[in-house]
Amino acid sequence: MSAPNKSYDPVEVETLKPEEIERMRDEALAAFAAADSLEALHEAKVAQTGPTSPLALANREIGALPPHAKAEAGKRVGQARGAVNKALAARQTELEAERDARVLVEEAVDVTLPYDRVPPGARHPLTTMMERVADVFVAMGYEIAEGPEAEAEWFNFDALNFLPDHPARQMQDTFFVQGPKGTDESGSGVVLRTHTSPVQARALLDRELPVYIVCPGRVFRTDELDATHTPVFHQIELLAVDEGLTMADLKGTLDHMVQALFGADMKTRLRPNYFPFTEPSAEMDMLCYVCKGESIGNPDRPCRTCSSEGWIELGGCGMVNPRVLTACGVDPEKYSGFAFGFGIERMLMFRHNVEDMRDMVEGDVRFTRPFGMEI
Amino acid sequence: MRVPLSWLREYVDLPETETGRDVQAKLISAGLEVETVEQLGADLKGPLVVGQVATIEELTEFKKPIRFCTVDVGQANGTGEPQEIICGARNFAVGDKVVVALPGAVLPGDFQIAERKTYGRMSRGMICSSDELNMGDDGTKGIIVLPPETEIGKDAVELLELVDEVLDIAVTPDRGYCLSLRGVARETAIAYGLPLRDPALIDVPAPNAYGYPVQISDPTGCDRFTARTVTGLSAEARSPIWLQRRLQKVGMRPISLAVDVTNYVMMELGQPLHAYDRGLVQGTIGVRRAEAGEKLTTLDGVERTLDAEDLVITDDRGPIGLAGVMGGANTEIADHEDVENATADVVIEAAHFDAVSIARTARRHKLSSEASRRFERGVDPQAAAAAAQRTVDLLVLLAGGTAEAGVTEVVAPSAPRTLTIPADHPDKVAGVAYGRETVVRRLQEIGCDVYGQDELIVTVPSWRPDITDPNDLAEEVIRLEGYENLPSTLPKPPAGLGLTDRQRLHRRVGRALAGAGYVEALNYPFICEQVFDQLGLEKDDPARRVVKLSNPLSDEEPALRTSLLPGLLTALRRNDGRGSHDLALFETGLVFHPREEQRIAAVLPVDRRPTDEELAELNAALPEQPRHAAVVLAGAREQAGWWGKGRPADWADAIEAARSVAREAGAELVIRKGQYGPWHPGRCAELAVTVDGAERVVGHAGELHPRVVKALGLPARTCAMEIDLDAVETAGDATVTAPRISAFPVATQDVALVVDAFVPAADVEAALRDGAGELLESIRLFDVYENAEQLGEGRKSLAYALRFRASDRTLTVDEASAARDAAVALAGERVGAELRS
Repeated sequence: MSAPNKSYDPVEVETLKPEEIERMRDEALAAFAAADSLEALHEAKVAQTGPTSPLALANREIGALPPHAKAEAGKRVGQARGAVNKALAARQTELEAERDARVLVEEAVDVTLPYDRVPPGARHPLTTMMERVADVFVAMGYEIAEGPEAEAEWFNFDALNFLPDHPARQMQDTFFVQGPKGTDESGSGVVLRTHTSPVQARALLDRELPVYIVCPGRVFRTDELDATHTPVFHQIELLAVDEGLTMADLKGTLDHMVQALFGADMKTRLRPNYFPFTEPSAEMDMLCYVCKGESIGNPDRPCRTCSSEGWIELGGCGMVNPRVLTACGVDPEKYSGFAFGFGIERMLMFRHNVEDMRDMVEGDVRFTRPFGMEI
Repeated sequence: MRVPLSWLREYVDLPETETGRDVQAKLISAGLEVETVEQLGADLKGPLVVGQVATIEELTEFKKPIRFCTVDVGQANGTGEPQEIICGARNFAVGDKVVVALPGAVLPGDFQIAERKTYGRMSRGMICSSDELNMGDDGTKGIIVLPPETEIGKDAVELLELVDEVLDIAVTPDRGYCLSLRGVARETAIAYGLPLRDPALIDVPAPNAYGYPVQISDPTGCDRFTARTVTGLSAEARSPIWLQRRLQKVGMRPISLAVDVTNYVMMELGQPLHAYDRGLVQGTIGVRRAEAGEKLTTLDGVERTLDAEDLVITDDRGPIGLAGVMGGANTEIADHEDVENATADVVIEAAHFDAVSIARTARRHKLSSEASRRFERGVDPQAAAAAAQRTVDLLVLLAGGTAEAGVTEVVAPSAPRTLTIPADHPDKVAGVAYGRETVVRRLQEIGCDVYGQDELIVTVPSWRPDITDPNDLAEEVIRLEGYENLPSTLPKPPAGLGLTDRQRLHRRVGRALAGAGYVEALNYPFICEQVFDQLGLEKDDPARRVVKLSNPLSDEEPALRTSLLPGLLTALRRNDGRGSHDLALFETGLVFHPREEQRIAAVLPVDRRPTDEELAELNAALPEQPRHAAVVLAGAREQAGWWGKGRPADWADAIEAARSVAREAGAELVIRKGQYGPWHPGRCAELAVTVDGAERVVGHAGELHPRVVKALGLPARTCAMEIDLDAVETAGDATVTAPRISAFPVATQDVALVVDAFVPAADVEAALRDGAGELLESIRLFDVYENAEQLGEGRKSLAYALRFRASDRTLTVDEASAARDAAVALAGERVGAELRS
């Protein structure tokens, strides 16, 4: 057990005088303030708070004080060290912020640099247009039906009430597939389908009634390629067969389609026409989505899209001819239906100002790329 | 069908103010496709007058013969003096009546007539040709020479009916009756609610026994034949101006009076007629089927070999006409220029032939005539007698002929068609409550007789053979009530199932490839078989078996594609030629393979559902048509830029495209070294999937063979991939089983293995996988290294990063090392791999 410190030496505790401690503290604060970099601050930190710093040394002297003086000196030194540490941390934060700001400026790049490392691909607008139209009907509950492109004449014509010698059948400009014996026309009973309508017959034969289907697809006619014709083109077909369907239902379905594709204020117009597989039959027009019909008889507002006709011809439609239902085993006394079909190329041409059919055929990437993934 | 408005007004009293465009709108709404309304004479301005050529002075000092004429135009020029006119045409003589455009006149094409000096003389006007007046073909191409009795000084605009409107109607195949003024007038009268003056309602004498003898041996082919005779036709008689003008306006060329009259009556009533020179017909006129191989020279001068199905008109010698299609040259009416041999007596034929028979004959002989077009679409059999009478009347009137009393009429008995429909049938089809009264009124308007209350018994008029079914009657009611008045309602389909897996995959593959930078091209499926040689296919390659077209657009490309590559490579070359050199294209589409045994697709009945066997057989006769996906690449796959170097497209991109397709399908794709036609033998991958337990090769990918690149003129190092998308879909499993995710730490071990250079990396990886066991989470090849000095000749080093993890604990280093050692050991055993020291 140690005896009370009798050998008290007032000289040795000079450093614990209040003025002295204040001086040490101020010196430290000044050193920190003077540090203009994190490195300089680190040096100042070592000098002012390290084990050999004045305040650390002063702290060590406290033990030598007489008991009554210890508390006071301890408090004084502690406060000084606290102030010094606080100032150090503040300066540290300040200098780090300065450094960060400087580094981020140095790391700045030119964000306007182009980046075409792998140029984007695209789906063909005819593909995406077909999907878009089909999806309007899929949302209503229709399903997508498909059929072969090399099709039996029976499906392409006979089942659809195109009788063998009817002029309508001759008007279709059909590609015939060679028969087993060679070049004889119609020798094989197989043609390249001239329309997507054979899928109507396939759907009626394959599916349970009622039938609500759409069929997008490729079709073929013997037209030479030019600005407005192509021997290979695309159609979308719709067929609804149910109990009690009417021509008013056909009209409503067409109206809904053009509204979904071109806007809420759109409508269609029907004009009588003739197709063997529908009776009654109609030609369907849609209101011009650009001028909304306001260019008719209005030379001040000519419309390029509809040639100032006010209406754009879409395709053919009508009530399914009961003879088609009979050929597909559907009772025409009980069921009725409607159907329509139109060309996708045409729709793409007027919807996107395509001026030349060949652009859609030749596969030039400059044409297709801007259309991207959806249309 | 071209319909002059002035002619139409003869049968319907249209309001004076009604224009061609007004009529067009009404007829379109009634279902006649009036494509255009031609405004004849709209840009024509007089004075245009009749003149008589007084003198002709031939001027010979010019390169071509020129005439200086004086023409008496009466008081039309204000002076009464003859008009001096320079003319370059020569088909007129002194005393002829001609059409003179006086100064101030404007002819079509803004051709202004003024006094002017030409060929050294003053020309004060022009003597006009039919071309200059835009009158249509008159067969001369020269100056119009008017009949001698034409009054001098008369206004020629009125005389020649130069101002008119002509409706051009595209008649649909069901409306044969609208290939006549009578039919269009009927529709016009209904559309305007005005009475029709039916030109077929004329008095016709009863048939008798003294007419020209006619014998019909095929009453199904010809159920009606009327023959009339007119004698003593004047050799000088010409078609009057009004008749010529009407023919020109409907698009026909005036030829001779007798022919013009038959054409005129055909246009008016829709009944094709034929006039025989009676002096050239020998004996009884007959109608029968031809004997196979019989010959007939038709009016167009072509000798035709007849088929046993052809219906012919005969006399004692044999065929004198292809019934309902075209007459024969041997009984042709003489040309009116040939006054010596002018036809004096004619026999008029007004007959009715079977539509199908005429259609087949016209098609067989590739001979579509005004007559055959009408018979194919249906001619009113009841109008035959009236048409014959009308022809007789006009010949008597215009040619000074005498109608013989004999009237031949051979008629196969037939009853008018009668349909029974519920009175509300049109209402049910339309979804509109028209009511019985409206239905009956509309059906009567189109010429039906209608009886009954709830059930209507409807007798269809003879000119509407197209009306055979209840819906045909419904259409008549609905169109006359106006399609534009139909309400708009939406049916309620049952809930659908959305897209099928195959449809979704098709879309997904398109998006995946486009997302990887490929641009879709939709190519024609027509190919040339030589492309198989260019693609380097073996002689017995199944892809060489093609489906061929019998009428291809181009004889160069008669076959359907068995591969998407020919089309895609053509598109690639086209793009390259147009300056786009960095290319990645894709296509998804059907290809066509003939069946092993090609059968004929039967024509099934249409009066019932075909049986399942019939349908199966029909489908089995169609070519197989799987859907393929393919890509082609050339140039840079990655561009050079500020970020660094670019990278050329290579074999690996093509194979990656296949992986991408398989990934979308959820199919496990086997990729191994392959060798196939179009591909570089060292850079070709064979692609395979497993379907129903059996592995099946479904495509190839890689760099194309340099020989193929050269043969097809492609950019160097063009790469390609083609895969059977349907097969990949079948192999795919859409259901992903969710992996168990372990939160314990990963233990990573890298190994570098040295193997012989020919060992496929896939085999090394498979061995490592199998050897490492269940603890292996993933494996990745991160380096391939070849260096003869360090590794030895023909050796390569493959460096793999192996990641191990357990689901229930943290792996110790020993556990991970043990698994790695097992992996390396198995690789050593299977492919001779050694750890690189």
